[in-house]
Amino acid sequence: MNRDIGLGMIRNLAQRLIAPLDPPLMMIAGLLLLLSIGVMGSASPERLNAQLINVAVALVVMRILAQVPPQRLMHLAVPVYLAGVLLLIAVALFGDVSKGARRWLNLGFMRAQPSELMKIAMPLLLAWFFQQREAMPRLRDFGIAALIVLLPVALIARQPDLGTAILVLAAGFYVIFFAGLSWKIIIGLAVSALAAAPLAWNLLHDYQRNRIITLFDPEKDPLGKGFHIIQSTIAIGSGGIFGKGWREGTQAQLEFIPERHTDFIFAVFSEEFGLFGNLLLLALYAMLIGRGLMIAANAATLFSRLLASAVTLIFFTYAFVNMGMVSGILPVVGVPLPLISYGGTAMVTLFIGIGILMSIHGHRMLVQK
Amino acid sequence: MEFKNPQEELERFRSRLAVAGGFVLFCFTLLFVRFVWLQIVQHDYYQTRAEDNRISLVPVVPNRGLILDRNGVVLARNYSAYTLEITPSKTLDLEQLIDGLETIIDIQPKDRKRFKKLLEESRNFESLPIRTRLTDEEVAKFIAHRYRFAGVDIKARLFRQYPGGAFASHMLGYIGRVNDKDMETIEARELDANYRGTDHFGKTGLEQHYEFDLHGTTGFEQVEIDAGGRAVRTLARTSPVAGNNLTLTVDVELQRIAEQAFGDRKGALVAIEPSTGGILALVAVPNYDPNVFVDGIDTQSWKELNESPDKPMVNRALNGAYPPGSTFKPFMALGALTLGKRRPEQQISDPGFFNFGGHHFRDDKKGGHGMVDMYKSIVQSCDTYYYMLANDMGIDNISAFMGKLGFGSRTGIDIDGESEGVLPSQAWKRKRFKKPEQQKWYAGETVSIGIGQGYNAYTPIQLAHATAIVANGGVVFRPHLVKFITDTLTGRQSLIEPKPTRDLGLKAEHIEVIRNAMVGVNKEGTGARAFAGAEYVSAGKTGTAQVYSLKGADYKAGAVKKELRDHALFIAFAPADKPTIALAVLVENGGFGAQAAAPIARQVLDYYLLGKRPNAPAPVDEAAVEEDKE
Repeated sequence: MNRDIGLGMIRNLAQRLIAPLDPPLMMIAGLLLLLSIGVMGSASPERLNAQLINVAVALVVMRILAQVPPQRLMHLAVPVYLAGVLLLIAVALFGDVSKGARRWLNLGFMRAQPSELMKIAMPLLLAWFFQQREAMPRLRDFGIAALIVLLPVALIARQPDLGTAILVLAAGFYVIFFAGLSWKIIIGLAVSALAAAPLAWNLLHDYQRNRIITLFDPEKDPLGKGFHIIQSTIAIGSGGIFGKGWREGTQAQLEFIPERHTDFIFAVFSEEFGLFGNLLLLALYAMLIGRGLMIAANAATLFSRLLASAVTLIFFTYAFVNMGMVSGILPVVGVPLPLISYGGTAMVTLFIGIGILMSIHGHRMLVQK
Repeated sequence: MEFKNPQEELERFRSRLAVAGGFVLFCFTLLFVRFVWLQIVQHDYYQTRAEDNRISLVPVVPNRGLILDRNGVVLARNYSAYTLEITPSKTLDLEQLIDGLETIIDIQPKDRKRFKKLLEESRNFESLPIRTRLTDEEVAKFIAHRYRFAGVDIKARLFRQYPGGAFASHMLGYIGRVNDKDMETIEARELDANYRGTDHFGKTGLEQHYEFDLHGTTGFEQVEIDAGGRAVRTLARTSPVAGNNLTLTVDVELQRIAEQAFGDRKGALVAIEPSTGGILALVAVPNYDPNVFVDGIDTQSWKELNESPDKPMVNRALNGAYPPGSTFKPFMALGALTLGKRRPEQQISDPGFFNFGGHHFRDDKKGGHGMVDMYKSIVQSCDTYYYMLANDMGIDNISAFMGKLGFGSRTGIDIDGESEGVLPSQAWKRKRFKKPEQQKWYAGETVSIGIGQGYNAYTPIQLAHATAIVANGGVVFRPHLVKFITDTLTGRQSLIEPKPTRDLGLKAEHIEVIRNAMVGVNKEGTGARAFAGAEYVSAGKTGTAQVYSLKGADYKAGAVKKELRDHALFIAFAPADKPTIALAVLVENGGFGAQAAAPIARQVLDYYLLGKRPNAPAPVDEAAVEEDKE
């Protein structure tokens, strides 16, 4: 009897534990994590344990967020954003320099990278902002929104951290886009951005310019700046249709691929699993994005809709920019492959996103009731 | 103010979602196209590049063949040692780098100088040794600090060693680093592949002549390398095949005794086994230590060696051309017999000079030798006899006969760069001089040719070769140093020679006359003092070659500067009836042949025939000066 009660309690507890989780999202994320563990086991087996800990922490964070109702998140929007901006200013003033960039803030007990926080804080605040507008957002509102976006983006770009700046900018833009910014303005912005490109070129750091030059002609400097791209495209190309097999990739195992456990992990994956592996990966991301967009479509409030759609597209941005740069069609910026690359911060950020999606999905009916 | 219409708002939002979804699909399709391009269309190209990245073909240099004497004594061998090498193309500031290295490894100014010279001569992208023969301790020390020195590495290399130092150096030669000229030689033979990884090449002597036998076949290792260029594992290996060993005809002990016999005098000695042409000893002194060339020699030492007035880098046995002096006389006599210009018993009267067109060609002995037949002309070295004989034979007859004995042409010894010497003839003079009045041969010039002077100039090996031909009854063998070459893989020995290259068809009774007279030289003539008490019968002939024309004045050794003193010569073979050794000795500025050269020959023959070892260099027989007036 007692045993049955005990089992029942455990079953009950487990059910309550997984109840807020969206099964499709969980399944897709789980498959991606399995791939991550597999590739890590080949690219950097010594980091496998650390990665498992990262994943565990991220899953816990996700589970917590999945239960937090969107309204509570909305209350957090302003303080989180302001804290993020203040921290970015603090970084600019007192931050630690690592690899030539001032990105880290030493809090005494830990080092934090506030720019990472902005990836979630940005869509959160903007979604809140548009939710507050009683009427159809007007041009003035979009102007304010633009300022909300550009302030932290400028701070992050100054660090310099082009990859994160692009992600934060994209996150902000997605909210504005889904909030209904007119196509005229979007096209107008795109055209003026192209026109302003030469000006922006002058504002870039040398190393950022070099990355763009390298993209168009990597063979110009095969041992220097072009080395990353040349070696990663060789890895992908030599992988062929079926790949060389797990742990059989010569480019990966002989360390020709730089940063093969972080930003360039896709080259390892692609070399060892080939075009079929790539197709599987693209399909998983497409499914993840599809599920996210579906959640957004069915979300209860404008806030939820905007937040869900922006978070979903952040996944897309990560995946596209990373695979694009590793396969040599985009410049090299520091963007990891979502849910695959090694690294605790990105993993947690991404699972916060998934947690938010789950929460929005879980609470889609509650508000209407 | 336009209020929200939830339904309309939702519709618009959903249409934007559709646009976003479309954009995502578009971007992912773009990626997919890129993957298809890289992984299908361009797959072969990238596959090749990946393999190029990973596989490196590393040559494995073979062991160079050994050089052994006829009894198996090692004259040139290899040892393996660690070297500290710098690849200049991978370094920024060479001087600073070497300064840094100096703080952990002992680098002498000499090492720097040598490195500088290597750098000047080096081909592109080579790694060059700054230090050789590192101790284990130095190797460990460097490895601990390796990260500080980009472009510097420790390599295990094989080094050539000549255990005897300067001993027999002119014969052995040396190896040095491959230069552009060597590369041309290698490329001309299409052996570039076999020389990948080889950085030394035979420069002179046997090392040069037998380079392609000694080198061996380079092996290859297919190595998997990582991005840092470090070998991860060996995929395949073709073992190198060591070079072939050379076994010489030379007897190391005889060579040693012959070298020591010279003391600190300059000169050359060539001893040949007449029945085979095999060289028993080949001495050229002074010599040099070939070991200094193996690591690369610094500019200063190189200059010193080359500019030394003693010319230690000149192989006098093969490249020194000297008038043969009276050692020419037995060959003249043999020519006279063969051509029927003299009978052995035919006598001439020697008044102490030969009058040719009013000019007196003087005999060394004042008042002359009286009545002189062929035997006496050789035993007492009578000049007048040969002045007349030369005049009777004529220059072209002399030239033709001496040419058959090998004078004036390369003997074909297995060392490159042998000199031809000068065998004078009318044709030679026409070729040698430009002005018509100089091109004409004057009959008076023939006269002094008869006593081995005038234009005559032969190398010591030519003299030894001719002596060996006479000792061997006119059958010619090519002088050679290598007896056989041993294939290290199969152990098969390929014998070099000994087949007679030609038979001059000389009459045995003519040879006998000459042999008899040369035996007389060592018994009762100019060689008698040097060979007093010999326990074997030897045949010899002394000679003195003028360095400086005294224009009729009396020659007094003491009155002439040392470098202008005459060269002393001696030829011999023994045992006279069945010769096993024939030799020629030359002592530069040694004075009379009987004085300086004959005693050296005596020591060599004593050892070769009796096993007697001398306890000091050959003596200079000052007393012979008075007695032996040639």
